[in-house]
Amino acid sequence: MKIVVCAKFVPDATADRRFRSEDNTVDRAGVDGLLSELDEYAVETALTVKESGDGEVTILTVGPEQAADAVKKGLQMGADAGVHVVDDAIHGSDAVATSLILSKALAKLEADLVVFGMGSTDGGMGVVPAMVSERLGLPAVTLGSEVTVDGQTVRIRRDGDTASETIEGTLPLVLSVSDQANEPRYPSFKGIMAAKKKPVETWSLADLELTADQVGGASAWTEVVEVTARPPRSAGTIVTDEDGSGAAELVEFLSTNKFL
Amino acid sequence: MSNVLVLVDHSAGKVRKTTAELLTIARRLGEPVAVFIGGNDGGSVSDALPALGQYGATKVIALSSPELSQFLVAPKAEALQQVAAKVEPSAILISSNAEGKEIAARLAVKLESGLITDAVDVQEGPVTTQSVFAGNYTVKSKVTHGTPIITVKPNAATPEAAETSPEVEEFEVSISDTAKTARITESKPREATGRPELTEAAIIVSGGRGTGGDFGPVEAFADSLGAAVGASRAAVDSGWYPHAYQVGQTGKTVSPQLYVAAGISGAIQHRAGMQTSKTIVAVNKDPEAPIFELVDFGVVGDLHKVLPTATEEVTKRKA
Ligand SMILES: Cc1cc2nc3c(=O)[nH]c(=O)nc-3n(C[C@H](O)[C@H](O)[C@H](O)COP(=O)(O)OP(=O)(O)OC[C@H]3O[C@@H](n4cnc5c(N)ncnc54)[C@H](O)[C@@H]3O)c2cc1C
Ligand SMILES: Nc1ncnc2c1ncn2[C@@H]1O[C@H](COP(=O)(O)O)[C@@H](O)[C@H]1O
Repeated sequence: MKIVVCAKFVPDATADRRFRSEDNTVDRAGVDGLLSELDEYAVETALTVKESGDGEVTILTVGPEQAADAVKKGLQMGADAGVHVVDDAIHGSDAVATSLILSKALAKLEADLVVFGMGSTDGGMGVVPAMVSERLGLPAVTLGSEVTVDGQTVRIRRDGDTASETIEGTLPLVLSVSDQANEPRYPSFKGIMAAKKKPVETWSLADLELTADQVGGASAWTEVVEVTARPPRSAGTIVTDEDGSGAAELVEFLSTNKFL
Repeated sequence: MSNVLVLVDHSAGKVRKTTAELLTIARRLGEPVAVFIGGNDGGSVSDALPALGQYGATKVIALSSPELSQFLVAPKAEALQQVAAKVEPSAILISSNAEGKEIAARLAVKLESGLITDAVDVQEGPVTTQSVFAGNYTVKSKVTHGTPIITVKPNAATPEAAETSPEVEEFEVSISDTAKTARITESKPREATGRPELTEAAIIVSGGRGTGGDFGPVEAFADSLGAAVGASRAAVDSGWYPHAYQVGQTGKTVSPQLYVAAGISGAIQHRAGMQTSKTIVAVNKDPEAPIFELVDFGVVGDLHKVLPTATEEVTKRKA
């Protein structure tokens, strides 16, 4: 079975994330980046499926030069191969364009099982898996917090707002997993060494029979018109509880602000 | 005036508050046309009609077919595509929950239209406002291609009534076989708690690792205030509270009038889900906890002492 994990390179959430002032796009070059933490759960799922049956795991990333680090991390965790789609024209792509690039690459890879994270930690729309499923005409089972693959059947449990559901579909299929799905492994020393020898291919838009005008900022279907940093919250009142004084002051605050 | 489609968010015909908010927003952009998708247990349009009329729907398009509820979201997106082809709306508004976002994603590809998710405000244009990077930035955007498809977060508008008596139009949809390939085989409804829904609540009291596993004081304080209960991921991962109540990046994003964090340190991923709350209060025994950087009012103290005393006091004052 050919398993492909779509994994994104994102700016570190604990760093100072910002926008580029020239074009209001996320600054991916000036800020340290890494494999989106939420996609680690997808890598772990793929490795578990591989280990419980057969299969080969490929990490697929669309992103700038540095995004090769995301592929590398996946290989260190235990994936077998990597594909990095990189092209200057891709900068500024929105989710719709990203899903187009991913689906072309997935078709080329002839994936049986495509695994996504629940959302990227930067843009965080959580829409790319559904878009890819729509484009490839494949079934999608999304936001799995428990995943079992049983021959051709993929079954997930999804803990939704109103119900806990069991959902199933048949391969080939698109799967996305939540951060409840597993505990992603850390790369071992052996894994880190082995990753150096694993094959990574670099593809351009031309390799996917796409042209520059189909992707990137110029063809994005949405436009950011204004970015404002949120003003810092003004310092609040902090009291220390002594023999119940904290509770009394808390209730007084709630009362003054009409919450009672 | 142009038509603005609103996908009705309901449970068994009972319209959610978010739908009233969507209809209110739709009236800023044009004439609200509500699309109601029922199903075998999805309730009927007649249950939803009064609420839809109250908030100004000029027309209600009712789709019902067992296939629409059994087969997840792909058929719903197909159905909406067919409605859009007929109504030619100037915008499509959908609730920003997991299902709504997936429907919107598919629709964007089908209609070759730009998609904006998680709007916290939508004004004429339509120009949307989103809160990004854990609430550290506010971004205004617009769709530049096709029919703007916008998913809107709860509490993005205050519902304003505008009584109408909408006509109901039954609409036949045809669902393709490819849309029926993933199916729900089992569904266990979540038990009702009697508390307000997390994403809609005006007040939320959340507990974290500091509860030590006992959510009793958090729930009691919440109940004294008529609040919903939330939890940090540490509390959820420890099995102390169900995941559906997790607040944060991988849980719910909430924006209540008042958010009380008890025994929660205030990690960036937690902040991402609550930073836009109007008023923030924390109870934490560590004066250095980062949550205190956010608060309007903070108590340095043990939640197991502070919350029960506060609960008593609130109950007394309310009586
Ligand atoms: C990809 C990713 C996604 C994540 N998503 C989320 C998310 O959606 N939501 C989320 O919450 N977290 C999320 N996290 C986890 C987040 O990083 C923190 O680990 C988590 O929020 C910590 O929860 P906590 O504040 O309850 O626990 P801790 O950080 O352990 O803090 C406990 C606090 O309780 C205080 N305390 C202890 N005892 C008492 C007492 N008796 N009285 C008062 N105070 C007391 C302590 O001083 C401390 O400040 C995510 C992490 C990652 C990597
Ligand atoms: N540029 C990308 N390269 C590879 N995978 C991606 C990319 N963008 C998004 N994804 C995948 O799609 C999921 C959802 O992303 P999003 O819709 O941006 O929140 C992520 O968790 C990834 O699995």
